[in-house]
Amino acid sequence: MYDIENIYEAVDIQDAIKALVENPSAIPLAGGTDILIKIREGKLAGKSFISLHHINSLKGITRDEQGNIMIRPLTTFSHITYHPLIKTYLPMLGEAVDQVGGPQIRNMGTIGGNICNGVTSADSASTLFTYNALLEITGPTGIRNIPITAFYKGPGRVHLQQGELLTGICITKENYEGFHGHYIKYAMREAMDIATLGCAVNCKLNASLDQLEDVRLAFGVAGPTPMRCNKAEAAVIGQTISPSLFKTFSEVALTEVNPRTSWRASRDFRLQLVKELSKRALKQAILLGGGHLDD
Amino acid sequence: MSVGESVKRVDAYEKVTGRAKYTDDLCPRTALVAKVLHSTIASGYVKSIEIEEALKVKGVVKIVTCFDVPSHTFPTAGHPWSTDSSHQDVADRRLLNTHIRYYGDDIAAVVAEDEVAASRALRLIKVEYEAFTPLLTPNEAMHATSAPPIHENYPDNILCHSDFEIGHYEEAIKDPDLIWFEGEYDTQMVQHCHIEPAVSFAYEDNHRMIVVSSTQIPHIMRRVIAQALGVPFGQVRVIKPYIGGGFGNKQDVLYEPLNAFLSKQVGGKCVKLELSREEVFTCTRTRHSVQIKLKTGVRADGRIVTRKIEALANQGAYASHGHAIVSNAITGFRHIYQQEKAVKADAYTVFTNLPCGGAMRGYGIPQVTFACESHMQDIAEALHLDPIAFRMQNAMQLGYKDPFLGITCYSSGLKECVEKGMEYIHWHEKYPAYQDQTGPIRKGVGMGIFSYKTGVYPISLETASARLVLNQDGSAQLQMGATEIGQGADTVFSQMAAETIGFTLDQIHIVSTQDTDISPFDTGAYASRQTYVSGMAVKKTAALFKERLLSYAAYLLKVPESTLDIQNNEIINSVTKDCLITLPALALEAFYNLDYASHITAESSVQCKNNTISFGVCFAEIEVDLALGRIKILDIINVHDSGVLINPQLAKAQVHGSMSMGLGYALSEQLLFDAKGKPLNPNLLDYKLPTSMDTPDLAVDFVETVDPSGPYGNKSLGEPPAIPVAPAIRNALLQATGIAFNSLPITPHKIIEKFKENGLI
Repeated sequence: MYDIENIYEAVDIQDAIKALVENPSAIPLAGGTDILIKIREGKLAGKSFISLHHINSLKGITRDEQGNIMIRPLTTFSHITYHPLIKTYLPMLGEAVDQVGGPQIRNMGTIGGNICNGVTSADSASTLFTYNALLEITGPTGIRNIPITAFYKGPGRVHLQQGELLTGICITKENYEGFHGHYIKYAMREAMDIATLGCAVNCKLNASLDQLEDVRLAFGVAGPTPMRCNKAEAAVIGQTISPSLFKTFSEVALTEVNPRTSWRASRDFRLQLVKELSKRALKQAILLGGGHLDD
Repeated sequence: MSVGESVKRVDAYEKVTGRAKYTDDLCPRTALVAKVLHSTIASGYVKSIEIEEALKVKGVVKIVTCFDVPSHTFPTAGHPWSTDSSHQDVADRRLLNTHIRYYGDDIAAVVAEDEVAASRALRLIKVEYEAFTPLLTPNEAMHATSAPPIHENYPDNILCHSDFEIGHYEEAIKDPDLIWFEGEYDTQMVQHCHIEPAVSFAYEDNHRMIVVSSTQIPHIMRRVIAQALGVPFGQVRVIKPYIGGGFGNKQDVLYEPLNAFLSKQVGGKCVKLELSREEVFTCTRTRHSVQIKLKTGVRADGRIVTRKIEALANQGAYASHGHAIVSNAITGFRHIYQQEKAVKADAYTVFTNLPCGGAMRGYGIPQVTFACESHMQDIAEALHLDPIAFRMQNAMQLGYKDPFLGITCYSSGLKECVEKGMEYIHWHEKYPAYQDQTGPIRKGVGMGIFSYKTGVYPISLETASARLVLNQDGSAQLQMGATEIGQGADTVFSQMAAETIGFTLDQIHIVSTQDTDISPFDTGAYASRQTYVSGMAVKKTAALFKERLLSYAAYLLKVPESTLDIQNNEIINSVTKDCLITLPALALEAFYNLDYASHITAESSVQCKNNTISFGVCFAEIEVDLALGRIKILDIINVHDSGVLINPQLAKAQVHGSMSMGLGYALSEQLLFDAKGKPLNPNLLDYKLPTSMDTPDLAVDFVETVDPSGPYGNKSLGEPPAIPVAPAIRNALLQATGIAFNSLPITPHKIIEKFKENGLI
């Protein structure tokens, strides 16, 4: 039995925004897989919610004539993983969100909820960072776009104003075409767990497949929010694939991250994972791109 | 024939289709709901409680605080009562407490019309505390000056100390040829994590208290509730429907006395008290964390001459099963290996301000076996002895008789178990092949053995009873006081009854529910005792029932009873095997014969004054990824000698479940607390119970000895498979890396830290 004061089922985006403006204390509800837990824990007990569940325009994945891919935020993890557009163009994202929780959570939980929660461990977030995803935010005054890398303010806090909703996640063609990526979730269990560290690498090889034309490295739980490692990327872009490249990549990454010590894992433990997983993810991404490792 | 066959579980259809009724399914929808207010300090006193605001919440019926409950105390352990007051369980519980002994102690309870109202009220209760510094480890508690004793009667916080000595230890250690080994091993606090939380509902009927509960021990529970309420035992009736697991946690009386008390407080109305998962973790029972020091004197040829154990168990806040667990651990230490000269043991159980330790699958033996088998491996490696030959050279032999308890090893398949395990894992090839590896990914094989008692005789009473009642169609109800808790007890009891009477299994209808008003007496499911002790009651009762059927048949057929037998639901001539009358025909006569009608039933009880020892081994092959601190189980097998298997498929299922528990114990499970004693991970996200994705294929094999003391040649199986898994994995990791992990669980954090310390990464 859940302690819910009131729930309003919004019929469309404008209706949801209107309801949010009229009820400043109401909380938007997508898949509910985090919110129901917080209600049960008492943290959100007795609150009012605005359900987005029946807003069909917030669901689905499309690709426009320019080749840009739009993921609507209420698309569930399962739908993302098995969607043909994702399998064809963004396989890393499909694989990353297939590691969230367990099958039931993935059938309920949405990518928009995963991002808007603002947690550093979100499996979709670090991956989307490496695709330079653009977020479409709709509010009472209209639509604005913001890169996902600028969306996070701090743990659990994102750049959404009162009455604003995340209404789209756009990945432009130049950010996935020619890229191959790999996400490694390190958790204490193989399922039903949150990441101790999440590491996503997306890379593009040159024509002869022996140099890195572009690389993106992002982490979850290596800091208070999901983050990119721009210096590590810069240190290897244009470089020839060699054992020392991986070493450089992980060493520079270590200078950029700032994991904390908690009872769940120490800073040192997470740094060891940063060092090791950045190398492993990059190697795997190169292999997926048809490159070779000379070791 | 039915014993020895893998017949389908008698409750399979009900459970698979979801029709089986568990406690909450049976609770009337109109029942009131109770919620408990738990302390937010680990040690201290409740100075005052304000409930005015909480009482205003719509739907709240009653709030009871620690200032409103009787002052007398009662015990909770699921042990048979002792009529000798010096052997009775420690009575240190009150329904609600002003003296707080752990973070989460029960200080008030709300009864409301629904859960939401009860939870809202809980959040509005204001408590004022006087807080003390919590004592979280046995060492802190034993030498505490910063806080008053956790229980007034135990000034040094030591609940109990026990020791024993066989031979003369001080003399034995003077032997100049001995090579000495010492080791310290720590095991963690874990929780049972049964699927169904602790749940009960209670109401009054005709001035008696009825409690329906998810319990392993309905008859013991009746006694404890009566003691807690201060009413005669007969004023309480406990009903136990199907239960979703217990693993020892429900071998304790948990919140049922409070539930009964709350029902009385609202005029006997039905009140349900169901714990959340978080409450189950913190406020029920746990497996004791035990620190163990071992010291062993060995000759160069591997013969153990003398051994010593010192064990320090963290009891937590209340006595529960108390010292019985670590006492069992040192008894187990005494059993498994036999030294040439002397063995000495010292064990302490110490109160701390942590959740309460109680019974959990293996009852102290997983802890001591982790220490013992790790230590044996270390000795073998240091002396360059074959680790298996070294164990077998010193292991308990057939015919062993415990000098204190008289428990005798009537059958032993240990050697054959070890041989089967070695063959399965390819020990002879892999153990040498994995020595002295280098590189970032390494493999290892490891093993551990154990022995385990069957039941609790002569530590406490072992008694059981059964009843058989004939139906008009020739089938029979089997009623047991022993409980089905998911392990398959109902099925094996049915098999036993069918076997002994001469019925087919479908003619036995077991009554799964225990109702203390109706069911015969049995102390319940614990100590791997039921197939052994309660099995004796089934056998005796079935024999009696058969005798009565034959006697009636002799009357009806006008032949001597001695010429008759029962086979396949037919009365047969015992020599020619010809069918003389079918059971349905006989039963109809027995019920409705105008000349001589007889309602055939049988009931008997047994007092089991015996015990025997089961054995087993685990072999594990692992791969370790050094840089990520990750262990992957490549292959794992448990081989058990549990005597004759009543149902091999159910036996295998017991081993699977238990091995899974052993894997979590070895690698990931641990309840964690902050410096103030507040639990950090009392939920299934942060407490790392392995999922199916973390569980490798589990291989199982058996060596079937015939134990002469068991009713069907059987001995203990329910608990043992959880015992040897952790040391087998620890020893495999030792072989892979040369690093000895002496503290459970062996998590990636510990692995990375130790590998760094030792320069492996």
